[in-house]
Parts: sequence; structure tokens; C-alpha cells
Amino acid sequence: MGQKVIANKTIDVNDEGYMTDPSQWDKDVASALAEEIGIELSDKHFEVLDYLREKFKEGEVLTIRKVGKSGIVDIKGLYQLFPGGPLKYSSKIAGIPKPASCV
Amino acid sequence: MVKEEQPLKKVCIICAKGAIEDVYATLVLANGAVMEGIEAKLFFTFFGLDAITKKYMNKLHTATVGNPAMRMPGGLAFPTWLGAIPGVEGGVSSMMRKQMDELDIPPVDEFLEMITAGGGEIYACKLAMDMFKLTKEDLYEDVSAVLTVGEFYAMCGGEHTQIIFT
Repeated sequence: MGQKVIANKTIDVNDEGYMTDPSQWDKDVASALAEEIGIELSDKHFEVLDYLREKFKEGEVLTIRKVGKSGIVDIKGLYQLFPGGPLKYSSKIAGIPKPASCV
Repeated sequence: MVKEEQPLKKVCIICAKGAIEDVYATLVLANGAVMEGIEAKLFFTFFGLDAITKKYMNKLHTATVGNPAMRMPGGLAFPTWLGAIPGVEGGVSSMMRKQMDELDIPPVDEFLEMITAGGGEIYACKLAMDMFKLTKEDLYEDVSAVLTVGEFYAMCGGEHTQIIFT
């Protein structure tokens, strides 16, 4: 558990850099976190991030299959938005915990 | 001491069996790899070909006879004679597929689609295809090619690559 300063804000993060307090999240933080991974956020990215945050709040276990069926983006599109970590990176940028699902 | 991280870069997974559990082990490992940014190549051979054969892929069974880990709902041992009654294996298998669906584990065709969407590649074994008299047309459309074992090995090179046999 640690803290880091990003986009002129101090956020709480765990060892792997996932935010531990979703209320500290905003769009600037998201953009800065994405930049660290090498992703430039578009409106489509934010649609996915909003969906993830929403579902996380509802206590759902997130999977790429669910995101693929959300109507926002299909699975191929999700891989294109977040190359190399469709669920891992999107969750990190959305300021929610690392997904604990295998699918 | 500094821990040296050598992340896995590629997995080559060989599936030679056609029961639900064998095929899903392959699919979960492959999908889990591409989701982590690890390259995945799948090679289906012998009875594993059922998993990529259009006719059988979504109707895989699990063995209700000779399967010591098979239990009744509630945990009682599943008697072998019960498993031998016609229709029981089909019923148990469809129940298993339903339970997986509830955990958001997709049917085989959709799972293969998810894997290829992430850049995973699916191959069929030439020798087993010849043996079962299958042609490319019998196979699911996401299958990239029919390969000899040598051709498959040629794809399994490179640092931090593992071959997994399920």
C-alpha cells in the first residue's frame, strides 16, 4: 500500500499500482495512468472505463466476456483499446481493483 | 538480492483429449494467456479435434463411467453403473455446461472466438485429421491451418516460451 502523485493529485495505490480508493479517480488521473501504460485515451476508452466503474460499484465480477456483451465494444475492439491487457489495463486505468477472474 | 523477473512471452498448448474438462483446461489457459499479453498457439490433435469440429464442439461430454472424481450433487460418489445408463452422461454433461455458463465461461465456439480476438492462433493436427477423415471444412472457421507436428514445433521457438500438454 502506498501513495503516488499523478496529474497533480495524490492517490492511494497497491503494490501493483492499482488504485485502492475509487473516489480519488477522475478523468485526468485516468489519462495519466493510461499514459504510463502507453495508451492515449479516446471517448471510446472512457465509455469502457465508465462501464467498468459502474459494474464494479454494483459488485459484479468483471470478465472480458461481459464487456464484450455490454454493447460498447466487442472483445476484439477491447483488445485494440487496451493492447496486452484488455481487462487488467482497463481496470487499472478505471481506478478499480485488479480483476480476480480467469475469463 | 534482486529478484529477476523473466515474464512468459509465449505458450504453445496441445490438446489431445475431447472431454469437457480437457478442452476447457486448454481454452482457459489460452484465453488467460492472451488476456495477459502472452502469445498463445493452440494445437488440437486426436480426440481434442472435437473441440474445433463444428459438429461436436458445443456438445462435448465428460465421462460418467470410470471417472473417480465424478460426484452426485451433494458430494456422494457417482456409481459407475448409473453413469452407464443411456442419457446419463449427456444429462450430466449438459448440467456441467450450464454451471459453467453461470460463471460466465462461454461455450466452446465463443471461447475460441475470444481467444482469436486476442490474437491467439488455433491449429489442427494433420495426422489426426487424416485418421478421423476430417477436412478443413469440418473445422471451425477460426482454425488458422492444418499442420504437421514439425510445423507446429517451428512456431514454438523463442525465449520464454512454454509448451503445455493438457
